Amino acid sequence: MEAVVEELPVILQAFWLTVKLAVISGLISLVWGVVLAAMRVSPLPVLRGAGTVYVNILRNTPLTLIIVFCGLGLGTVMNVQFSSDDLSVNNFWLSTIGLSAYTAAFVCEVVRSGVNTVPLGQAEAARSIGLTFLQTLRLVILPQAVRAVIAPLGTVLNALIKNTTVAAAIGVAEAALRMKNMFDAHGDAIIPIFLGFAAGFVILTLPIGLLFGRLAQRMAVAR
Amino acid sequence: MRFGACLLALAAMATGLTACGNSAAGSIVDKAKNDKKLVIGIKIDQPGWGLKKPDGGYAGMDVDVAKYVAKELGVPESGITFKEAQSANREPFIQQGQVDMVVATYSITDERKKKISFAGPYLVTGQDILVRADDTTITDVESLKDKKVCGAQGSSSPKRLADKFGTEWESKNLTQQQGYGACLPLLENKQVDAISTDATILAGFAAQFPGKFKLVGKPFSTEKYGVGIKMDDKSGRDAINTAIEKMFKDGTWRKSIDANLGEFGKFFSSPPSVERY
Repeated sequence: MEAVVEELPVILQAFWLTVKLAVISGLISLVWGVVLAAMRVSPLPVLRGAGTVYVNILRNTPLTLIIVFCGLGLGTVMNVQFSSDDLSVNNFWLSTIGLSAYTAAFVCEVVRSGVNTVPLGQAEAARSIGLTFLQTLRLVILPQAVRAVIAPLGTVLNALIKNTTVAAAIGVAEAALRMKNMFDAHGDAIIPIFLGFAAGFVILTLPIGLLFGRLAQRMAVAR
Repeated sequence: MRFGACLLALAAMATGLTACGNSAAGSIVDKAKNDKKLVIGIKIDQPGWGLKKPDGGYAGMDVDVAKYVAKELGVPESGITFKEAQSANREPFIQQGQVDMVVATYSITDERKKKISFAGPYLVTGQDILVRADDTTITDVESLKDKKVCGAQGSSSPKRLADKFGTEWESKNLTQQQGYGACLPLLENKQVDAISTDATILAGFAAQFPGKFKLVGKPFSTEKYGVGIKMDDKSGRDAINTAIEKMFKDGTWRKSIDANLGEFGKFFSSPPSVERY
């Protein structure tokens, strides 16, 4: 246990990076996921097709592959840079792109399933009072749809928090990478270190599950 | 606490079992002489040292040393079974008798000498720096202060630099990839300016791409690679040391270094002297 106590500042720093990755990727993927969902229910076949192709490719590709593509493909070969002199900033944003692109596919499917819970009559009523497609979506459908899928969105967020560990693949010094390095320095305390990091993730994910469960109940659309 | 006690009991059982295994087998010298067979632990993913070839064979300096020592102990090449040893499992492999010896870029340390014993060293190396062939700005470890450096996760080499230059440098200038092979494309594409770890490992990787990279050649630590065998096998140690010395003298050592490390062989100019204890 001493190893965990001794390394506590490093562990906290690592988890702070995990939180930053999760929050920023979470926000981006929420916005992008809703846009994708709108594309997939839109009346334009081109948008529907594009949305379907995107979601099916990203959702069926391993996250490690996507993250490594962001690091090597975007970062190294295509030379996409977010900072000219800071490697950790660069890797952070490259992995954020990967995490957001991947998670957005899941957000899209969750939101789309929410759209299907909104009775068809709602859309028909909106159209009959003259709202356009975007107005219908923004004012009538999405508010009801999102409120119906708060709990599954929480599950997606929980998955995202744990998925941030894959960012270690391109050298983002989040929890998983720090843990690996600690194994090297404290080879005699592998189990305490492991338990320490596992506890860290539970501390992050458990309240989110509870919070989203509570929110889902309070925000549910009464029908 | 009960969980801890459980673990302790398990560990006690494990050591008890291995102790039995150990006492049954004698020195590696006797085993080699009687059975004409040896199981040798090597790396299989370390270019220049121990690498599994597509045809199923193995190549590298460690492999050559292992074959030479085995031959001197009376075991023909056909009697050798190579087994993959990873950095983390080398001591348990020897202690449990899963392998008879380990030749796997294995640094001799006092910590490890408490569990197993070492013959050799057959090579002395140190942490060095690999840069692009046309780079003249990096001449020693101090010039890394304002350069981007790549290291491997779970390796002690990046940590040595981070301790030297501080946490701000670590965050801005150090990237830790999953293995040194993953650092090469970053170096080639100028995402980083240098890769730093044992000169041997750098040389092995860089030798695969002749003309692209160069070694700075100023090691700032000392690692001695030895042959790991069972604890307290004095006759085995002596026999292997004699074999290694013979390898130095008859030119096989030199030939093997040059064959495996190509243009980087020149950084390992003279063989070390073995440490008998």
